[in-house]
Amino acid sequence: MNEEKIIVCRCEDITLKEIRDLINDGYTTLEEIKRITRAVMGPCQGKTCGPIIAREISKITGKPIEEIYKPSIRPPFGGLFFKEIVGEKDEK
Amino acid sequence: MKNKASVVIIGGGITGVSIAFNLAKAGVKDVVLLEKKYLAYGATGRCGAGVRQQWGTKQNCILARESVKIFENIKDVLNVDIDIEFKQKGYLLLAFTEKEWNQFHKNVQLQNSLGINSKLLTPDEAKDIVPFLNTEKLLGAAYYEKDGHANPFLTTLAYAKAAENLGVEINKGVEVLDILVEYRKIKGIYTSHGFIETDKVVNAAGGWSQKIGKMVGVDLPVYSERHEILATEPVNEILGPMVMSFSYNIYCQQTPHGSFIMGYGPKEKVESLKSTWQFLETMAEKVTYLLPPTKNLRVVRQWAGYYNMSPDHQPIVSKCEEVEGFYLAIGFSGHGFMLAPAVGILMKDIILENELTWDVVLDIGRFKRNEIIKEPSVV
Repeated sequence: MNEEKIIVCRCEDITLKEIRDLINDGYTTLEEIKRITRAVMGPCQGKTCGPIIAREISKITGKPIEEIYKPSIRPPFGGLFFKEIVGEKDEK
Repeated sequence: MKNKASVVIIGGGITGVSIAFNLAKAGVKDVVLLEKKYLAYGATGRCGAGVRQQWGTKQNCILARESVKIFENIKDVLNVDIDIEFKQKGYLLLAFTEKEWNQFHKNVQLQNSLGINSKLLTPDEAKDIVPFLNTEKLLGAAYYEKDGHANPFLTTLAYAKAAENLGVEINKGVEVLDILVEYRKIKGIYTSHGFIETDKVVNAAGGWSQKIGKMVGVDLPVYSERHEILATEPVNEILGPMVMSFSYNIYCQQTPHGSFIMGYGPKEKVESLKSTWQFLETMAEKVTYLLPPTKNLRVVRQWAGYYNMSPDHQPIVSKCEEVEGFYLAIGFSGHGFMLAPAVGILMKDIILENELTWDVVLDIGRFKRNEIIKEPSVV
């Protein structure tokens, strides 16, 4: 398995290798990896990549997954167009 | 973790890591930095990521100008191979009221006298820079093309790496519990991971700096205020500069990544890190009015962070008069990220009792001396 070709975060195209390199570099929390790579910050808010990254951290550091995976999902929880928020008044 | 340090810095935001780097670079050994959560957890990692030199006071102008020189050459300064995503596509500041327009005239004159070559634009000239800008009721704009954006996480990381390369010990997940003061002198610091003996402590705790002040029995003249912000999905580049209006109360820019970041100042003082639906709704109205094509952007995330406000909206970079060995880098009032490179150098000067590198008055004594010149240009 080529870890350079495995995409962990589909929103931001982050590979498994990038994630593993950061963990080995001492960035052993989801919050740090999020801030450095933008994984977990895309439209899906980490619903896909969050658990995968947490598992990698757990494998490398030996910490239990429950300790690592405490995602802070931010509103509005799913992508929302500005026009949906303000309404389409001006486009009739 | 070391149990003895020459200087302990509290706070792993951009200010803390910049001070740590500059002390180590000046040859100070045994510098220890303590961060309760992780680097850039607080205001640094939650900010709008703008880098602006168009300020209304001499101090802020000088700090910003000198910081930009460092951002421009960051890899050489820090000797670290991290791309901080620095972009210089300007800041476009909009004037909708006479008062604001008059202030812009004064600001530009001041900036030009300090080597910041900003200029005033007509509404049509502003449209040349942002073609889809709604110029209804716009009186004019101020623009400087050397302002811009940098990635706060990566900049913090770059400074932290550079500091570590020079021997600084950075401790993440370590909470400061109390500070030991004897006869008005710093003696040490109690942390969740043990005691550190030191006679110098730098308070760079941002939104929590007043709490650190209380640990040495000092009431600091700062308070923390929630500001909200949001980010959109990334799209192709359509907006070059940061667009900002003080009276309309908005800032909005597109990052090199393609996402838009935007926010506005709160109407009331709230101490909380929670975001609100009211913000999302008002923000949507503001931005789609001023920059209509944004209505087709998807919001993916909103959050909140603290501005640590000082009485004159300029930073306090100073010794603490009441307690020997206690130093303050606080009260950045929403522009700490962009000023941090220069602030790190000034704090190094203060701790080493050197002459200040630049002619600025940022000591805490200015409030007692009534030398307050309030920064007029803050969102």
